[in-house]
Amino acid sequence: MKPMEGQIRIPSGCAIAAVIARDGERMTGESVVASMRPMHDRSNGLGGGFAGYGIYPAYRDFYALHLFFDCRDTRKACEALLKEGFEIYHAERIPTRKIPAITDEPIIWRYFAAPLQSVLTDLQLDEKEYVVRTVTRINTELKGAYVFSCGKNMGAFKAVGFPEDVGEYYRLDEYEGYSWTAHGRYPTNTPGWWGGAHPFALLDWSVVHNGEISSYDANRRYIEMFGYKCNLQTDTEVITYIMDYLLRRQGLTMGEAASVVAAPFWSTIENKTDPEDKAKHIYLRTVFPNLLITGPFSIILGFNGGLMALNDRLKLRSMVVAEKGEKVFIASEEAAIRAMEPDAENVWSPAGGEPVIVKVNEGVTV
Amino acid sequence: MQIDVKEMEFRAVNEAIRQAEGDCELTGCRGQRFIGAGMSGKEIVIRGTPGNALGAYLNGADITVLGNAQDAVGDTMNDGKIIVHGHIGDAAGYAMRGGKIYVKGNAGYRAGIHMKAYRDKVPQLIIGGTAGSFLGEYQAGGVIVVLGLGAGDKPIVSNFPCTGMHGGKLYLRSDCAGIRFPPQVTARPADAEEIAALRTILLDYCAAFGYDIDVILQGPFTVATPDTANPYRQMYVAN
Repeated sequence: MKPMEGQIRIPSGCAIAAVIARDGERMTGESVVASMRPMHDRSNGLGGGFAGYGIYPAYRDFYALHLFFDCRDTRKACEALLKEGFEIYHAERIPTRKIPAITDEPIIWRYFAAPLQSVLTDLQLDEKEYVVRTVTRINTELKGAYVFSCGKNMGAFKAVGFPEDVGEYYRLDEYEGYSWTAHGRYPTNTPGWWGGAHPFALLDWSVVHNGEISSYDANRRYIEMFGYKCNLQTDTEVITYIMDYLLRRQGLTMGEAASVVAAPFWSTIENKTDPEDKAKHIYLRTVFPNLLITGPFSIILGFNGGLMALNDRLKLRSMVVAEKGEKVFIASEEAAIRAMEPDAENVWSPAGGEPVIVKVNEGVTV
Repeated sequence: MQIDVKEMEFRAVNEAIRQAEGDCELTGCRGQRFIGAGMSGKEIVIRGTPGNALGAYLNGADITVLGNAQDAVGDTMNDGKIIVHGHIGDAAGYAMRGGKIYVKGNAGYRAGIHMKAYRDKVPQLIIGGTAGSFLGEYQAGGVIVVLGLGAGDKPIVSNFPCTGMHGGKLYLRSDCAGIRFPPQVTARPADAEEIAALRTILLDYCAAFGYDIDVILQGPFTVATPDTANPYRQMYVAN
């Protein structure tokens, strides 16, 4: 049996970073890959990954499904399953560069696909919900196949290795996006494997995470009641599902979702002077107590058109934000930001539980 | 001696500092950890962004950072001085037991966490700007000063200062209206003797950053110390 979250323990670290151009300027992945170099020692070579937004403009109307397969037969079976509900517009191997640092790779493909309207009508589902259900089904039932990215005009790229090497392996210098996130992994409670590297992506949400979720099982039990399945052997995936649930299904704002997962202490709420704000926080803590994420974390949530960075309410992990012109940078360490932009300005550290939400400027098409 | 440490691995940086005769100026620093760890008898000037645990276990060396510093500066330092001309990250002066840390800008969370003192070893952490939450958490000794320069309307310190404090002294250049201290801590205006002590403490800090001591000493100072009449006790076992 494969070891699941909580059944094994490895000491921890991790690095995260991100950059977004608010004016929609497209950047290759080189810069965000470079940000991981000064933070090399935060990872241990058991996982690295990136998410790029705006990277597939030619296929912007299709879900870009990125998949790992253990063998050709699994791929064939998965394609057959996909074809039951999707029109596959284009399918190909994800281009990689053979480098000595990355070995034992699975078969890695991508599919640009759209759910069949007839299927959606039949099931009375909107297309996002259908994509989520299909992805959950593949990841749960189809042994040896993992969908690790399924958003529109975005993609996650991840592997076992140091993040700098993973970036080179996936040829991220050949992609251009307006927003990128990055992760270097130092696994805590579960083994390093390809599907367990960050980001964890669902639809256009992607999460990179430095930390360890003490409330994992409470969060997992609650979120699995809504059809999500935590089956990727690591705690971070639950954050992605929580965000999808709160933002897409419950329709909360980013700020409200942040107040659920990193809720202020009751004593802090008690001392709030704005009665409306106070009532809202009491409401959110009362309705979603099972989605409070405890333990140390710093996360960056990527989505179409923006990023949200968030620390746990006690701020037990580091996070720095800076700007330069229309670009905003976020990282575990200022040194990583300097690697992306040596002259970054307005360097500051957000408080615990204080979300930093950056969106592209009004009118910018992404 | 100038050393370009760009792209250098952290062990190599410290080795180069040790090998250099006399003082060093590091250029192109980008995230290398543990710079100056355990060193004595040297002056080290750093350009760029030094990594975490700068000056850990420092034992008498002087370090000047011409920029911002990251987390855990002066972790368990014993002696010497670290001057940061920008902001400083979380957990500055972590378990520091001697020496001085001067910060021109703001400090992150948990500045001065578990500082301690013993006989003539009385560490000082002086922050020019504001401090994040959990300032002086579990402070057991030494002196922390926060000046709040340039803070404007912002509070000089965020939530939960002095949580678990059971020794040492914390000075805040503010009347601390609206700041909640734990019940085990007494916060009151500084008396004349304490202001005189502050003058001694702050003279060297003002010299480092070119401030006028008389201007800095204007304004109310609040002193936080453990409340000896209401100590932490019986938290875990009755003894």
